Amino acid sequence: MAENPFGGDRPDEEAPPEPRAAETLDPATLLSRSDNLRRRQLVSRFVTASQTASALLAVAVLCTVVYSVASRGASVLSLDFLTKNPPEIGHPGGGIAPALVGTGVLIAMATAIAAPMGILVALYLTEFAGRRSQPALRLAIDLLNGLPSIIVGLFVFGLLVVGHHQSGFAAAFALSIVILPLIARATQEVLLLVPSSLREAADALGVSHWRTVLGVVLPTASGGILTATILAVARAAGETAPLLLTSTIFAPGVSLNPFSHEGLSSIPFYIFTASEEADRFGFARAWGAAFVLLMFILLANIGGRAISRRSMVSR
Amino acid sequence: MRPPDPDHEAHPASRPARPRVRIHTAPLPGEAQPASANGAAGASTRPAPAREGDRSALIAGRQAIFDIGGLSVFYGVSEALRGVTMKIHRNLITAFIGPSGCGKTTFLRTLNRMNDSVSGFRIEGKVLYHGQDIYDSAVDRVEVRRRIGMVFQKPNPFPKSIYDNIAWAPRNLGMRDGLDERVERALRGAALWEEVKDRLKQSALGLSGGQQQRLCIARAIAIEPDVLLLDEPASALDPVSTASIEELMQSLKSRYTIVIVTHNMQQAARVADRTAFFSLDVSEAGRSGVLVEYGDTEVLFTRPADARTSDYVTGRFG
Repeated sequence: MAENPFGGDRPDEEAPPEPRAAETLDPATLLSRSDNLRRRQLVSRFVTASQTASALLAVAVLCTVVYSVASRGASVLSLDFLTKNPPEIGHPGGGIAPALVGTGVLIAMATAIAAPMGILVALYLTEFAGRRSQPALRLAIDLLNGLPSIIVGLFVFGLLVVGHHQSGFAAAFALSIVILPLIARATQEVLLLVPSSLREAADALGVSHWRTVLGVVLPTASGGILTATILAVARAAGETAPLLLTSTIFAPGVSLNPFSHEGLSSIPFYIFTASEEADRFGFARAWGAAFVLLMFILLANIGGRAISRRSMVSR
Repeated sequence: MRPPDPDHEAHPASRPARPRVRIHTAPLPGEAQPASANGAAGASTRPAPAREGDRSALIAGRQAIFDIGGLSVFYGVSEALRGVTMKIHRNLITAFIGPSGCGKTTFLRTLNRMNDSVSGFRIEGKVLYHGQDIYDSAVDRVEVRRRIGMVFQKPNPFPKSIYDNIAWAPRNLGMRDGLDERVERALRGAALWEEVKDRLKQSALGLSGGQQQRLCIARAIAIEPDVLLLDEPASALDPVSTASIEELMQSLKSRYTIVIVTHNMQQAARVADRTAFFSLDVSEAGRSGVLVEYGDTEVLFTRPADARTSDYVTGRFG
């Protein structure tokens, strides 16, 4: 890049056609190099280059992962792959329908539990919490967010599985604990973006505050809240540890019943079990499942962000 | 240069406090000029006394909506406003003017308890509204705001349709009967109906700034409050929109009592019947706003009693 060494001084490019009025400074002084200019330019270039390289590296990691999964998994993809049960060990063909349906049921249930709670928590935080309870609650949510997911799984194991049985519901409950803080914090961020002038306007109309929240704040933030929920769903779809102790590792058939003893299959565990077996067709299906999961998460993220870009608040 | 010509003084209020105006004496007791004397002020050689007589009569018969006694407002330990005592009368436009930070907006927001949510907010003294203390513990601030509406400095329409902006509050307050008529009435009242009647379902955010502000006024009057508080309603608007808002205020004052805060002295002179001048009182205890002078707009601008008022209205400071 051919740079002008004098950042703010660009008279030459914008000079009017007629000769410029006499400068108070001697132009020759301005243009002579000050002593350490060369070194400053070098440092600047080095820092810029290393930042650019780091950014490129991050993108490269993502691209490599996506490419390696896609190159091995995309070829397996077909309608049968999405709709058929896995065959016996050692046989080709078949699909991941039980895992796909299981994950669908799990994240739907987890979202149904976590989204309303997360949104209510966020509303409480931004609209109703007092000065003392607010930081405490925010800290609690952050701690919950930092909780290792295997510990969440262990907790739900002790709560819902011991003395009962593994079930899809237990797994969904564990997932909901994982995504609750995500939804709550992201929703809170969006609610904070709702201009306080709107709250004032609504309050000044003699309408009680909870109606203001329901009628003005929440609709204004709805796009952002939807985005937050979609991102949380994408996160839940890939969570593995909470399912380990609460639902089944092995895939029974396609099941929609989250309360059955057999539990629900899930994509992460299908990937795990299929890649553990000495079955090259299983490996291919594992890659295919990984590709499906990855695509779902990528599309959910892109879609979620598109919604938030279009929505009213979140600039 | 021509000698000063008294007859040339068409709008003494908008050209405040020329020395020439101050030579007028106090109004003659009982001098009751017909209203037309007001409009013919340009032809009169002595307009001010006539106006004052007129105004005084105007206030004498009027009910005081607000009766504020010894009001001080605190944010934490700092006193934003000190010892304000004044009455605000029905169906008049009362303007609060003064330099930045003099507490005029604080005072306005105290009148419908909009400051309650500000941390550390506390008042001393009384704010009586129709004789009732609005800060009484038995009074719900939601009910206060139901009767005392407010329009803010920046237009703040909801991100809803034009119709829903107006209809939202009436719906929530249980005024569901004849909602369409109510919306139309409010929009007509705010002189916006003709411009938006064909696009009521479109987003209010597509309106121009001046239209948005009139929409906010329509939204405020849709619930038929008693008082309208306007916090610098035209400061974010261009001159044409400002003129339309000012015109609107004149048409609204027959139904509502209007209180307006403005930075713009000329605006106060143009629209207000009564004007209160606030100033900053700087002492070792801190800076507090104080009410310096309150009276008929003409008097305040032409013959202010206090030196600070005359310095301000003549543009010597502020």
